[in-house]
Amino acid sequence: MIDYSFIVDFLFMWIRVATPILLASLGAILCEKSGVVNLGLDGIMLISALFGVLGSAYGGNLIWGVIAGVGSALIISGIFAYFHLVLKANAVLCGTAVNTIASGLTVFALQLATGEKGSSSSLKSYTFPTVNIPFIKDIPILGDILSGHNLITYIAFLMVIVIWIFMYKTPLGLRMRAVGENPNAASSVGQNVIKIRFLAILLCGVLVGFGGMYLSMGYLSMFTRDMVAGRGFIALAACAMGQATPVGVLISSMVFAFFDGLSNILQLLQIPSEFVQMLPYVATIFGLTVYSIQKIRLQKKKSKEIQQNVIE
Amino acid sequence: MDSNKRIRLIVDITKLIITILVSCGLVTLIVLVTSSDPVNAFSSFFLGPFTSVRRIGNIVEAASPLMFTALAVIMIFSAGQFSMISEGAFFIGTLGAMMIATSVPLPAGIHPIVAILVAGAMGAAVALIPAVLKMKWQVSEVVTSLMLNYVVQFFAIYMVSYHFREISSSSLASIEFKDTSILPVIIRGTRIHLGIVLGVILCIITYFLLYRTTFGMKLRTVGNNAKFAHYSGIKVTGIMVISQVIAGALAGMGGGAEILGMYNRFKWTTSPGYGWSGIVVALLARDNPLMVPLAALFMGYLNVGANIMARNSDVSSEVVQIIQGVMILMIAAEALLKKWKQKMIVKAAKSEAGMKGDVIND
Amino acid sequence: MEAKREVLRMENIVKVYSNGVMANKGINFSINAGEIHALSGENGAGKSTLMKIIFGEEQPTSGDIYINGQKTVITSPQLAIKLGIGMVHQHFMLVSSMTVAENVILGVEPTKGILINMKHAIKQVEEIAEKYNMNINPKMKVEDLTVGQKQKVEILKALFRGAKILILDEPTAVLTPQETTELFEELKRLRDSGYTIIFISHKLNEVKELCNRITIIRHGKSMGVYDVKTVTEQDISNLMVGRDVILNIEKSAPKIGKTTIRVSDLTIIGENGKHCINRLSFSLREGEILGIAGVEGNGQLELVEALTGLRKYNAGSIEICGKEISQCNVKDIRKLAVSHIPEDRMTTGAAPSLSITENMLSDKISSNSFSKHGIINKRAIKQYGIDMVKQYQILCKNPDVSIDSLSGGNIQKAVLARELSNNPKIIIADQPTRGVDVGATEFIHKRLINMRDNKKSVLLISSDLNEVLGLSDSIIVMHEGRIAAYFPDAAKITELQLGGYMLGIEKQSEEEIKEVRHGQ
Repeated sequence: MIDYSFIVDFLFMWIRVATPILLASLGAILCEKSGVVNLGLDGIMLISALFGVLGSAYGGNLIWGVIAGVGSALIISGIFAYFHLVLKANAVLCGTAVNTIASGLTVFALQLATGEKGSSSSLKSYTFPTVNIPFIKDIPILGDILSGHNLITYIAFLMVIVIWIFMYKTPLGLRMRAVGENPNAASSVGQNVIKIRFLAILLCGVLVGFGGMYLSMGYLSMFTRDMVAGRGFIALAACAMGQATPVGVLISSMVFAFFDGLSNILQLLQIPSEFVQMLPYVATIFGLTVYSIQKIRLQKKKSKEIQQNVIE
Repeated sequence: MDSNKRIRLIVDITKLIITILVSCGLVTLIVLVTSSDPVNAFSSFFLGPFTSVRRIGNIVEAASPLMFTALAVIMIFSAGQFSMISEGAFFIGTLGAMMIATSVPLPAGIHPIVAILVAGAMGAAVALIPAVLKMKWQVSEVVTSLMLNYVVQFFAIYMVSYHFREISSSSLASIEFKDTSILPVIIRGTRIHLGIVLGVILCIITYFLLYRTTFGMKLRTVGNNAKFAHYSGIKVTGIMVISQVIAGALAGMGGGAEILGMYNRFKWTTSPGYGWSGIVVALLARDNPLMVPLAALFMGYLNVGANIMARNSDVSSEVVQIIQGVMILMIAAEALLKKWKQKMIVKAAKSEAGMKGDVIND
Repeated sequence: MEAKREVLRMENIVKVYSNGVMANKGINFSINAGEIHALSGENGAGKSTLMKIIFGEEQPTSGDIYINGQKTVITSPQLAIKLGIGMVHQHFMLVSSMTVAENVILGVEPTKGILINMKHAIKQVEEIAEKYNMNINPKMKVEDLTVGQKQKVEILKALFRGAKILILDEPTAVLTPQETTELFEELKRLRDSGYTIIFISHKLNEVKELCNRITIIRHGKSMGVYDVKTVTEQDISNLMVGRDVILNIEKSAPKIGKTTIRVSDLTIIGENGKHCINRLSFSLREGEILGIAGVEGNGQLELVEALTGLRKYNAGSIEICGKEISQCNVKDIRKLAVSHIPEDRMTTGAAPSLSITENMLSDKISSNSFSKHGIINKRAIKQYGIDMVKQYQILCKNPDVSIDSLSGGNIQKAVLARELSNNPKIIIADQPTRGVDVGATEFIHKRLINMRDNKKSVLLISSDLNEVLGLSDSIIVMHEGRIAAYFPDAAKITELQLGGYMLGIEKQSEEEIKEVRHGQ
């Protein structure tokens, strides 16, 4: 029944919908590894999604969009970091505050700019270009799946490698991991824990910001109200499931994106759309639960094995 | 060292005042920057809510749902948990009340009671999910509750649009509630309904529960130091789960009371966000249930003011959400005013150390 | 005699913590180049605070610091390191999942372009290790190292950063005797090559063996600087505690009754697969204080956790008043009239922001005297709080203030009040006077003896030998999860004898140890 082009379309879309989740969960790695729970990912995405659009519309080109998108992500991340790290506010509350501010601010700013509260369709904004990869685009099937994506999509997948090198091969990455695993150890050798975490939150903000901009300047070509729809939270779950390693996060992001993509496809079928829309969220709860059960089982098994060995 | 307690109180109150001042300052700034007629916007926002009995009534009406969700948040936070389920529990509560109100024929006095109880039960059931996942498998309740809020939202809308929909209406709306189910208005000329009385009663009950029962004491012990609670022989995970279930019930009842008091149909297409505002109210009330009505009224005032401003001027009402976020940040900022506090404590310690050879501990 | 050059001087250091505790009350401290300088004082005398100030981790409330004669404000560890100060913390400051080399270079990484030059780093670490004769593989992960090796990594870290002044905070507390000897060799070699070392310890024999001079701190004040050769250990300990160190606790002969706790062949295996407790057997009887002596980390903590239901055990059995407890939870065990004074009062023994009264009630709020049908009896609770504060001499304005506003000694008295007011049959007291002032210590000791005189069983776990010797009727020495020695009469042994068993140098015969089971 399902024909070839359907599968190709699905795989193509899978990669498309994976992009924002992947970018955000790669950002989450930086926070997680340096010991910060950044619950504000959702809000940061939303803000950069809007300001990217506004920047490109008023600046008249894509560059201004990127500057505004990244800039706004940095500012809101900076606020999160300042309150959490310097003023010692609870991370969950800070994240919630960022998300609340974001959902208000975006609608407020949208209305100011366009007079509407729903979407930015009346603005002429720019999108990131799509890229056809030479050679690959000519390969049958594979070309249709892998080529012709948005520039940000390729950047996102490239970032998996970049973040890996960054975390494991550079001084700053080493320091971030140290600060996350044992902040006392890091500060005892003169590392400023707050500064490094601040930096991690800001860098995370850049990645997450691109994830947000992708939504409004790639995936769609405009901003719509609350368009992030919990992808930041899903990214956080993906980061946890991927044990905050780039490759693990890539896999878990793809898993969650699969359900996101599936819900896009299923909308064509005769299933109530609400159930379809629920799917990514149910999948996240389910995925996180299965992962946690597995983790506990492994731990139990391991400690049992160790004890068995000792007794024998 | 009683001076420490006094110092804490002074710092707390100062912080609250600063938070409110900063919020008002922020409104002023936003209006000045964005409005073409700032004077009108200001007066609409700050004075508008007091210009008529109906508008004062609006403040109380707006405060009503926030009391319930704030109580839910207090229950959860007091047990040291961070479930964000009050949003979803509230919304599922509106669904539950709607189902009873539209489809179960009951006599007038009993109908709303049953509806609200069902709403509470459904809220509790939803809140149970992240609690149990955390207890059994240590799944982060933060993420699961956030995800569940979306699931609940879609589920409720599905139920309305597939099973309780008013066919004749072009936009999404449920069939009309039976007259017997509506909560009566208690003050004429306003829409202040019986739900607010329930809210206030629940504030008192929650206070009683937290501070006058063994359960409440155990709950606060767990929230303050779970390891210590375990050592004392308290069943820590059980308390954590029950606290979240009670919270879900409170928020769910809030949803029921809100929909039966203010509406005669279910009309939401997205969750109205009272769970989030509840966090702000809970923080403003310093986690004290008896302070919740006051904090909710303040929040209600801001909401009504913003709505009036949006109607009378070019500044949109979302300004309130920005303020709410800033308030959360300000109140949560533990280190705000810490230096000042430290100075006062040092002063007190020095004067005391002068009198007696105090004990040292590092 | 060569001219001594002063490298560090601290004048009139005062430190008040944010909870109002005054840890340093005007300390003067000075060290010279090329010496090993001991810093001694009781637990909680203010040594650690002083060192944190030198290392920039804490800021003094008032007072001045001079480095090489220059007045300096050490605002951060970073600056301290730049000034040539290195710190080896008591609890190692290492990142377990990383390699030795990664830990050593953290913050001062050699780079090639933007990447870490790991090859070069490993070579550098190897070179330093070799120079000071420390045998260690830079590629190993820290989590796979022994305690002694970890300490070497800590020292390497400081040397790698060019430290000239090394601070070692109770470095031998966690080491085996061999490792200690090795460490002392290394430290002497470092001193001879021009390093200055501050050696924090209250092990006087070690101070005598290793150090040139000693500064003694008591109650946040300096008690003077002495040449180690010219003072006796007795002098030092007198200065440290301000009274004769030998505890003269008056107590009558014990009236021993029935067995209350019987532990047989208890085995506990830790998460890392190590035997924390290895076929341990002993009995505790009514009317006696049984002391458990031992260097920390030899299974005492696990034993206490197993006895109080906080930890499951792998084999063997524990009977409390005739009931096997392997299936019991904390509450069940508390119901058997077992009280537990935990080792760490702030993380396990109290809920910091709850009131003193609430803290003293956490285990018994559901009992009939304080609540009915789940509703608390405010008056009874209030009265209880007032009574307890009076009875246990807890210094506070009123019992409704939060417990974290109290000093350590008073918090411990509140813990004692909670645990002893239940009319317990058995009291498990784990380091009951750690970090507690002299007055509170005496008070706690008296209470424990009082309990024993009332036919209660007391199990006293303490790393303070004076306390164990002074308080106990009989003593078990634990070493590596086993009983190394049992002394039926505590009055007949000395600190020195205990030390040999604690460090695993000596071990009693099976027959002697079997005595502890009292023929059961």
